[in-house]
Order: sequence, then structure tokens, then C-alpha cells
Amino acid sequence: MPETLMAALGELEAEYNKAKTDKKFKEELNYYLSEYAGRPTPLYFAQRLSKVIGKGRIYLKREDLLHTGAHKINNTLGQVLLAKRMGKSRIIAETGAGQHGVATATVAAMFGLKCDVYMGTEDIHRQRLNVFRMRLLGARVVPVESGSKTLKDATTEAIRDWVTNVRNTHYIIGSVVGPHPYPAMVRDFQSVIGKEAKKQILKTEGRLPDYLVACVGGGSNSIGLFHPFFKDKKVKFVGVEAAGKSIASGKHAATLVKGEIGVLHGNKSDLLQDKYGQINIAHSIAAGLDYPGVGPEHSYYKQIQRASYVAVSDQQALEGFKLLSETEGIIPALEPAHAIYYLKVLKRKLQKHNVVILCLSGRGDKDVDVVSGKV
Amino acid sequence: MTNRIESKFKELKKARKKAFIVFIMAGDPNLEATRKLVLEFDKIGVDIVELGVAFSDPLADGPTIQAASQRALKNKVNIEKIFNLVKVVRKKSQIPLALMTYYNPVFRFGENRFLVQAKKAGVDGVIIPDLIPEEAGHILNTSKKLDLATILFLAPTSTRQRIKLVSKLSSGFIYYVSLTGTTGARTNLAADLSKNIKQIKRFTKKPVCAGFGISNSSHVKQISRVADGVIVGSTIVKNIQHNIKNKDLIKKISIQIKQLQRPLK
Repeated sequence: MPETLMAALGELEAEYNKAKTDKKFKEELNYYLSEYAGRPTPLYFAQRLSKVIGKGRIYLKREDLLHTGAHKINNTLGQVLLAKRMGKSRIIAETGAGQHGVATATVAAMFGLKCDVYMGTEDIHRQRLNVFRMRLLGARVVPVESGSKTLKDATTEAIRDWVTNVRNTHYIIGSVVGPHPYPAMVRDFQSVIGKEAKKQILKTEGRLPDYLVACVGGGSNSIGLFHPFFKDKKVKFVGVEAAGKSIASGKHAATLVKGEIGVLHGNKSDLLQDKYGQINIAHSIAAGLDYPGVGPEHSYYKQIQRASYVAVSDQQALEGFKLLSETEGIIPALEPAHAIYYLKVLKRKLQKHNVVILCLSGRGDKDVDVVSGKV
Repeated sequence: MTNRIESKFKELKKARKKAFIVFIMAGDPNLEATRKLVLEFDKIGVDIVELGVAFSDPLADGPTIQAASQRALKNKVNIEKIFNLVKVVRKKSQIPLALMTYYNPVFRFGENRFLVQAKKAGVDGVIIPDLIPEEAGHILNTSKKLDLATILFLAPTSTRQRIKLVSKLSSGFIYYVSLTGTTGARTNLAADLSKNIKQIKRFTKKPVCAGFGISNSSHVKQISRVADGVIVGSTIVKNIQHNIKNKDLIKKISIQIKQLQRPLK
């Protein structure tokens, strides 16, 4: 990270450490999570989907039912409260699928803060609905033309803005990436997913699940689900990345499956890169997975073999998209549609009595344009 | 042999002069042009040259240097070719040379391998804007053993504690980022520039050079009153871009640089 940001990162870390143990901060955050965002979200037993898969009992953690339509608001609420505590008057964010952008624009509107969201022009094109929503919420969407014109470049551009306006601006990073303290802080804000799911599954099934399945782009919904089960060694974690057109074609975003360790955007993790350390362009039909890096904690889980990581192609994700829509009447976002498809693969390992929790990180309204004509 | 950057500052101090430092992107528009430019810089009295090693995601750089990075990468320039370029330059010139790049290319090449090969090629220092001193331990130690300068950054937002840390660990000189922002030509200098440089100089005897946004000879003049050196980059890179197909490219840049450094002569 550039020296210019070090003081701000130090300030953020100190403020976050203070807030973590501050009862008032927790109460305030919990208030907004329940009254504004709609927590707790249901842990829904997907009976028909389970039947079609043929084995196991599949539960969906319904983050798609949250206000704004995805898990992203868990984090933006936490961070906007920190920004207020630090007296920042302006918020910036990067966004891929637009869900984080919408969640940021939403909390900025609610707290009366100025908000600029950086978004690649490729993503602006394919997630038009979310661009419109952000503008309605009073945010400025700043198009990013450089590089792959997707999430990576939006992040780089947001960092450049932050370097310039660091004195009055807080940067709300949307995933478990970026420099310290972001990966740990975003994980903590998203851990509400796993904490709730644990309580809920113990209540309905009377035991812990056998598998947790979630899609991984930067990795925030997955780490949010996984982390509270970290010590429950019998619970297996599967992170589902985007295989794009196919792994062999090189046009994919399967960072953990195919990447190598490097440093991007202030953290060390698996990256898609060439032998000179130049970052490769990722590809996925799901804008939210289209990122050549991943949160460092996932690289750690991979290294210690606490989680396994697999990849599902664009075409397969579309199948997953259709499958959930038709069996359960739930239209998923293309990102978790990758995880849905993976259930068909997981089936080979499943026993009848196995319990699976899948994080349904967002709803699919935003993807209707991309999907129409393809399924 | 002592480090060429350090010798240069000693020499300048004796002559009561300020350093004029020029950044260009290696391989923009091509490596042969870079070679000619460096030799020309030596001839017209540029004190230190920073050679950019292109990275795909240069997050401390503005549009001008981003575009130059892209041009260099498109030309398939890589670190090995740049080491070769330095070797060729060294046959004719002893001008102090620093490589400026981002951490991932160094990490990927291998920190040791990068530094050893840089030294062998004839490089005098490394500048990595996204590497903070807290993470630079290995590079700092290895560079020290190799007698390579590791030039670290300070910014307008740096706390007193960080000024102390960077003053202690930086070698060659301290790179003061003259504004909160990315690289790129600007109309005005930051209002707090002089005050901040004076503040840093209270903590260290090491040379402090200012860069980012320095675009004309009046900027150079103002900064040379407080800093030990002035770094110009984007304004030159922009001129290279304008003259990319001009057969008088070297001459054009030479004229621009002579103008910029006039206040220091």
C-alpha cells in the first residue's frame, strides 16, 4: 500500500478495535441489521431441490432476502458506522456485480453521506439494473475504463481516489480483500451469516452440518459462512469459484484453483498472474466473481486444507440458475448459482443423511438481462 | 565501489546543488529509445534516472504513467530485458540508476534474485511505492549487503512516528510524495509542501527529494528551495507519448529537460 494511506489504515484499525469492544457500537449495528436490513435471514430447507439432487438435506441461507438483495449490506452497515465514528463525510466503494455498490449507496443515503462508486464499464453494461439503483440512491457511479474494465480495475481506481481524498473519505471495501484491517474486519461483519446459520441448524437438525458450500469471488459471503464453523473440524467447507469459459481456455476466475501466491491491492493471496507478476484478466459470467485475486484467509484455508476449492463454468452456473428457479421458486444471483450447480457434483460424495448449508448470497433480478436467451 | 546515488548526493552537497531526477518508463516507446534517452540524460546533466518497470496494476500512478505502463507491457518489456538494457547503458555511462516498480513483480521474480541481478546489471537503487517499511525487512537487509539503495516514501499524511521510521530505514534518499494523490502533472503545488519537507528534515540528514505532480520549471524552483532534489516523471512521460512517432523524440525530450532543470543550474 502507498505510504499516503498508512495513516488512514492505522486510524481505521484503531477505530475498529475500539468499536469491537464497544457495547454501544454492537447495539447500534445489531439494530440496523435487524430493523433495517432484515436479519436474521431464514435458513430454508430446500425440499424440492434436495429431492432433485437426490441425496442429502440442503438448506439455503437466505442472504438474498436482505434489504438490497445480497449479503453485502452486513458489511456496509458496519463500515458506515465506523466512517461516522471517524468523522468522514464521504464514502467511496468499488463494485463488480453492483451489489456492494448498491449496499454502499444505500447506507450512504441513510446516513446522509456523499458516495462515489467505482465500476468497470464492462460491469456497468452487464449489471445495468444495479447502476440505475445506485443512481436513484444518490450515488455517483464512476466508470472505469482501464485494464479489464471489471472489479479489479474498479478496486485499483477506488484506491487511487482514496490516496487523493484520504483526509475526508472512507473507503468501504466490499470483500475480504485489500490491506489490513479490511480482510479481518469484513470477515467479522460477514460472520453474522455463519453465526446465525449455526444456531438455526442446531435448532432444526439438532446437529452441525456436514458441508458448507458458498461461491468465492473475493470471498466475503463464503468466509462469513465458514468462519464461525472454523473449529468444528467435522464440518467440511467447499468454496466454489468461477471456471468461466473453462479452466483450460484460461478465461476464468478460479484464483484458488489455478492461481499462485502474489500481492495485489495490499494483501498476499492467490492471484491469476504471469511469470513476471503481471496480473491476468479474469473472466466470469458473474460480475461478482470476476476478480483475479481472493481474500488472504481463503488462501490460508487452502494452504492448511481446511477448505477445498472447486470451479464451476459459466454454462454450469446457468444450469444452477435455472435449477433453483424451477425447483424452489427462488431466482438466485449468478454468483451463488455457481454454488447451486456444484451440488450436482457434491452429490457423488453425499450420503442420504448428510446436511448441507449453501449460502444463497444474493438474488437474481440483476442478472435477468445477462441470462435472457441463455437458459 | 560506493553506491552511485550516494556519491552523487555527496558531490551535489559539496557543490551546494540540488539533484534533478527524471523518471521514464523502460520500454516506452521501446527499449532502444529508453537507452538513448538515458545516455542523453547523462550528457545534459540529469543527476539520477528512475527507470520504471511496468506493472499491470500501478495503483500509485495517474493516467499518464498507467498508459506508459500499458505501452511497455504491450511491447513485451519485462524485467530481464530491463536488466539487459542497464548492462548496455553501463558500457557508456555511470549515471546513477534506480528501478521503480511495484511489489508483485519483485515478489514473483524472487526478492533475492531481483536484487542480485539488479546489482549485477549496474542498478544503484530500488523504489517500490506499494511496499511499506514494515514489510520491507528482507529487501532492506539484502539491499544493504549488496550496496543497493532502498528508497522509501513519505507523504503529507505521514505521522511523526512514520517519518522517524522511514528516515531511519530509507537509503539513497527519501522520496517525499508532494501531494495526496497519484502521479500526474498538476497546475499547482500543494500548499503544505515546504512545511512538510522542513518537518522531515528535522528528523534526518538524509537527502529528501520531492516528486508527484511536478510539472514546470517554476515548480522545480520552488521545491529546490526546501528539498535536496526534484523528481519529474509524468510531464516527461506525457511528452514522450506526444512524440511517440517523432524521429526527433530524443531531441524533444532533451529540450524539455534542459528547460525544467534550468533553475538548478
